[in-house]
Amino acid sequence: MGAQLRVIRGRIRSARAMGKITHAQELIASSRIITAQRRAAASAPYAREITRAVSALISYHPDIDHPLLVERSDARRAAMLLLTSDGGFCGGFNANLLREGEALAAKLRDEGKEPVIYVAGRKGIGWYRFRGRDIEREWSGFSGNPSYDRAEQIGQALVAAFSRPEEDGGVGEIHVVYTEFVSMLSQRPVIHRIVPLEVEEVEEGQETGEAGEAAAGGALPLYEFEPSPEEVLDRLLPSYIENRIWHMLLQSAASEHAARQRAMKSATDNANELVETLTRQANQARQAEITTEISEIVGGANALAAATAESE
Amino acid sequence: MAKLRVELVAPERQVWSGEADMVLARTLEGELGILPNHAPLFGALVEGGVVRVHESAGSEEVVAAVSGGFLSVTENRVSILAEYAELGQEVDVEEAHRALERALADADHDEEAQAEVERQRARLRASGQEV
Repeated sequence: MGAQLRVIRGRIRSARAMGKITHAQELIASSRIITAQRRAAASAPYAREITRAVSALISYHPDIDHPLLVERSDARRAAMLLLTSDGGFCGGFNANLLREGEALAAKLRDEGKEPVIYVAGRKGIGWYRFRGRDIEREWSGFSGNPSYDRAEQIGQALVAAFSRPEEDGGVGEIHVVYTEFVSMLSQRPVIHRIVPLEVEEVEEGQETGEAGEAAAGGALPLYEFEPSPEEVLDRLLPSYIENRIWHMLLQSAASEHAARQRAMKSATDNANELVETLTRQANQARQAEITTEISEIVGGANALAAATAESE
Repeated sequence: MAKLRVELVAPERQVWSGEADMVLARTLEGELGILPNHAPLFGALVEGGVVRVHESAGSEEVVAAVSGGFLSVTENRVSILAEYAELGQEVDVEEAHRALERALADADHDEEAQAEVERQRARLRASGQEV
């Protein structure tokens, strides 16, 4: 076998093997998206109820002051939490997110605030370490499959930083950069300020507030609070923040799998295309080889015939 | 008589939902029973509490261990939100006993462990054990 043909066949084999691997990863990612979406759906009832409660508390008791709700105009340090992935092979997922993070950092600096970096996910940690920037806290090992404990840990660390005075390494604001799962085809990085808190309204719409239809969504109920609105708020807000972070972790996990699935699908397509092109080249090389061989044989035979004719 | 629609939800999943005649829980203020047509209420539940739901006369009650939770009542809907919730029948009794022992071992000097003791006691109570 000719040298060229052997080289091409080797490349076909490796392209095909790579295609198999990326195809397997594509299948794994698509099954994990479904799991991630199911978890997001399972977390919805809790999120809905806690959001309603916080909205009700704040709208009916506007006089309550809670540190987590108060805008600090003199904030000089702002925390940034970036939710990146642990693994690669997910296209532009981390690059887009980190770019969004850089934009936020630049904006914070313009406002005279020093960004304090909190990172979840090995890719983000690596990115900041490589650039020699300080990371305040880091978490990793759960990006594709987060558990509520993690949301709790992260929430507690952030709230603790917010409660400390800025001179002691505390922060005056907390922003989160995460990837929102819009659909299987589209995920986009978004920036979200979680503290000081702006409670997102319950989606069902508040205006349709007839008492009768208020059961499912509708008007916020005029709750009695036990023990007292202040004490309930005190316990509710940290839970609410943890729940928001949990929501973001789930969104980010679903987005990561979707991005990975898409990246692996195009890698598989590319590998298949490469195999096709290389097969064509291999065929050409094989034909060229045969042609050379035939002409060599014919040439040899002719030379032999000529030599015998001469000797006679 | 009107019925209560009860939902017991944890952040990761809905633990139980259904209709009931009465819900018993303990808030920071004390034991509380909710009957249909209760006024809207939002309460913080004690750490390591047990919630009992009477589905209807004659049937068995649903018991759950709940911690770090809230109780919200609106328009005959009762939602129990808990960072941790487990139905009594789902509790692994032996595992809970072991966890309780472990927590008791270092409960004297640690507030977190004290809370853990309460949580494990609640799990055992919910599963019908005496502690």
